[in-house]
Amino acid sequence: MSHYGVQIDEIIERYPDKPEYLIFLLQDIQSSYGYISADAMQLACDHTGVPLTQGYSVATFYQSFRLDPSGEHEIRVCLGTACHLKGGQRLVEDLQRRLNVKAGGTTEDMRFTLSTVNCVGACALAPVVVVDNEYLANATAKKVDKQLKVLDSQNAVGIEEGGHA
Amino acid sequence: MHSQSTALKVGSWRLQSAQDLNKLREQILSERDPARPEIVICHGTGCLANGSDKVAKAFKTAIDAAGIDAKVVPGIKTTGCHGFCSRGPLVIIRPKGLFYQRVSPKDVEEIVKRTLVEGQAVERLLYKDPKTDDLIFTEDQIPFYKLQQRVVLHNIGKIDPTDISDTIAAGGYQALAKALSTMRPEQVVKEIEKSGLRGRGGAGFPTGKKWRSALNAIKKKGRPVYVVVNGDEGDPGAFMDRTIMEGDPHAVLEGLILAAYALGAQQGYLYVRAEYPLAIRHLEIAMAQARAFGLLGENILNSGFSFDARINRGAGAFVCGESTALFTSIEGKPGNPRPKYVRSVEEGLWGRPTVLNNVETFANVPLIIERGSGWYAGLGVSHSTGTKVFSLVGKVNNVGLVEVPMGVPMAAIVEEIGGGVPNGKPFKAVQTGGPSGGCIPYRLKGTPVDFDSLTAAGSMMGSGAMIVMDDTDCVVDVGRYFLRFLEEESCGKCLPCRLGLTRMREILDNFSKGQGTEQDIEDLTSLAQAVQDGALCALGSSAPNPVLTTLRYFKEEYMAHIRDHKCPAGVCKDLITYSIDPELCTGCMSCARQCPAQCITGKKKAAHIIDAEKCLRCGICMDTCKFNAVVIS
Amino acid sequence: MITFKINDEEVQARPGWTVLETAREYGIEIPTLCFHPAVSSSGACRLCMVELREGSWSKLVASCIYPVAEGLQVYTDTERVRNVRRWVLEMLLAACPASPEIVQLAAKYNVIRSRFASKDPDQTCFVCGLCARVCEEVVGLSAIATVDRGIHKRVGAPFARPTDICVACGSCITICPTGAMQKIFDSVRGEPATALTQLA
Repeated sequence: MSHYGVQIDEIIERYPDKPEYLIFLLQDIQSSYGYISADAMQLACDHTGVPLTQGYSVATFYQSFRLDPSGEHEIRVCLGTACHLKGGQRLVEDLQRRLNVKAGGTTEDMRFTLSTVNCVGACALAPVVVVDNEYLANATAKKVDKQLKVLDSQNAVGIEEGGHA
Repeated sequence: MHSQSTALKVGSWRLQSAQDLNKLREQILSERDPARPEIVICHGTGCLANGSDKVAKAFKTAIDAAGIDAKVVPGIKTTGCHGFCSRGPLVIIRPKGLFYQRVSPKDVEEIVKRTLVEGQAVERLLYKDPKTDDLIFTEDQIPFYKLQQRVVLHNIGKIDPTDISDTIAAGGYQALAKALSTMRPEQVVKEIEKSGLRGRGGAGFPTGKKWRSALNAIKKKGRPVYVVVNGDEGDPGAFMDRTIMEGDPHAVLEGLILAAYALGAQQGYLYVRAEYPLAIRHLEIAMAQARAFGLLGENILNSGFSFDARINRGAGAFVCGESTALFTSIEGKPGNPRPKYVRSVEEGLWGRPTVLNNVETFANVPLIIERGSGWYAGLGVSHSTGTKVFSLVGKVNNVGLVEVPMGVPMAAIVEEIGGGVPNGKPFKAVQTGGPSGGCIPYRLKGTPVDFDSLTAAGSMMGSGAMIVMDDTDCVVDVGRYFLRFLEEESCGKCLPCRLGLTRMREILDNFSKGQGTEQDIEDLTSLAQAVQDGALCALGSSAPNPVLTTLRYFKEEYMAHIRDHKCPAGVCKDLITYSIDPELCTGCMSCARQCPAQCITGKKKAAHIIDAEKCLRCGICMDTCKFNAVVIS
Repeated sequence: MITFKINDEEVQARPGWTVLETAREYGIEIPTLCFHPAVSSSGACRLCMVELREGSWSKLVASCIYPVAEGLQVYTDTERVRNVRRWVLEMLLAACPASPEIVQLAAKYNVIRSRFASKDPDQTCFVCGLCARVCEEVVGLSAIATVDRGIHKRVGAPFARPTDICVACGSCITICPTGAMQKIFDSVRGEPATALTQLA
């Protein structure tokens, strides 16, 4: 999900130097780096001519911005109304226990970031858990657990391959 | 998405007139063979999540492998959401229109062989009418579709939204061509006024009146004026706007361009929720194609009228669905609603006259201009004309997207189109209008679904989410849910909203624990009134609605929590206990393995027991048990 | 001049005035907390709500931002107005129990006790944002702003670190209606500012 090859200057240059492009910039920084560092925010603010305080206001106001590095995998539990009625909240609680992290946080080993989302609009599949970009339909604690184990084994393979190379 | 319908190259056409558009349309249609089989695969978010992209791939492979005669190679078309989400992935085989549901990649080979080669239906994939057990072959015969009137959604599920030639073939941009060549801007406004169209985003403000006020504001203040699409569909349970943006992006764009023409705007904005990446992509593609064809940008259709638009992705804030918050967000600031008693049509984006309408509203505009306001006003009921798209979700058999004329009774939508509640019992309530709306109880199931009737019942139309609740859903819990949602989503500026919603939720928290008094209910009502009266924007002032309507219709259920310390629906954790029915338990041990508190004991093949003292009431055992042996009391 | 009525008494205002300005001109009492004539109004505290009536129609508006208009009928002390005021004060009392200014204001409107429990007995800030507005609009610096949203909204400097944008002018401390800025100031300025707080 992150493209660390992208230089920050390259992102900054994508937009004209006007305050209205601050959110565009922060979104691009976030999608390239997974979060917005203090330095990146300073650069974005300088470019758009927005005082850092106001840039920080923006970054903390909108839910999609993260100011800390996020985990390797993102688990988003949908808490739309349909998912709530079908046990979405129970899934959040279960994942919090399992991963030992609060919703919105990242596990200590930086493997998983757990977050909640207010409706992904896939209500027919409620409750829905989105792991990275994969939708788990009619999710149960068991299903989610299985998916996490799949990710764990993929990761193990990835490390091995990396080691051989 | 791949459509093989036409050899058109984007960029090779720059349309110079309405006649050009018609010529192009005729050319596209003439290149098509109506007898050629076409496999239409739903690629709405619901079907995609169920693997419809894998189904599409499987079709391609299977067709190649089957070596079907080169003259009749079937086309594969991927489209927006067909609406019948609970039956996805959906596949339709044209020209016959065979409707297959719950198709998985492993079914594909059989479909190719049986249907495409041998011309027979694969019966096990057909829809079976749950009432009569009859097999239904085509989409239009399925009760879910039969009772609907698809006007705004008429193209969705038929066209490839990423191919403008498909849109043009279906009649897209005809309204724009008509307006630019035969109508003055003022006439466009007049048509919208006469149609009776009301905003589909929530409050139902008459669209024509809004446009007229903007014209008046422009007279006073001059231009520029801006037109903005509100695609920040934030109501949980609502996905109609997403479906329109994903499935028929040109319709939204055409509506926006028409509004711009009517008002003389040169710049427009589409503010789309960040959670809708596919909608954003399809709109981007649509805009690029429209520009290439001379339908957007400089000198549209050589009429002298120029207009362009850009997309602003939301960044995750429900409050940005509120008009002034949306404007401040486009300006690059935190989405705090503006504390001003000046209407947006006078002072909106960048302090200029601005017309903001919702996605579905804009999608209605080309239909009105093309077919006439008289036709449109004939749909629906007198003060709520036209149709409305609803997302029907929750405890209902046919979950999906539904379009009906305004004024249809609630029962027709939930029971006939929706097929009722899965457990066969009557529904308990229907929550409409999202966090700003309310719960309509079963006894008011005859309520006509239009703007004014829903408001009279204490709820509102909102954007069109309909969440069906059954007897296992608790109104106290639903009230807490919406308040917690809004606490997080409030901008936090004004005190009634920032402090009041939390205090209201805390009172409900107490109820859910079996605590509280009748005085608390009185306080809750009075505080709710203060929040309604005192909040700065519509998010806060409508926030008490879910609680107030449930207090109005389900007071007994509140009293059961307070007086009897019981949650009749079996939802509120502190008032329920989980146990295992020894008759039903097979001793499979599955629940014991999953229990995070490890409080389930029992030997293999013998009934298990839950230790109520240690139980966290997380419900995992209940979700895990395949034999429905875990019960709540 | 624009003529309208407040509490059935005829009043006159200059174009561009707000209902609150007019009321104050005539000595009609309307409580406020987040209002200050030196900066723009934000309409955040909602204590200045008044009721507009026209026949059977009525609506509550924030008088600090509501522009005067010919023929308005404004009421400053109706049951609906009192209901909003009472609940806001009860909630403020629980939110900022350590602020004598809030305790006094509440008492003035007969709110002595709150039905709500206090979560932080030392809290005095209710995030009216006057400090941020004065810093941006009068001082011209924007050293502080509101951070986060909803129930998490607060006043602070970026990344909760002291900022050298602040020149320690103390305007924020002066304008703060509850004395909260004195505490927040150190975290913004970064060094003990005892001398300044005394000045303020």
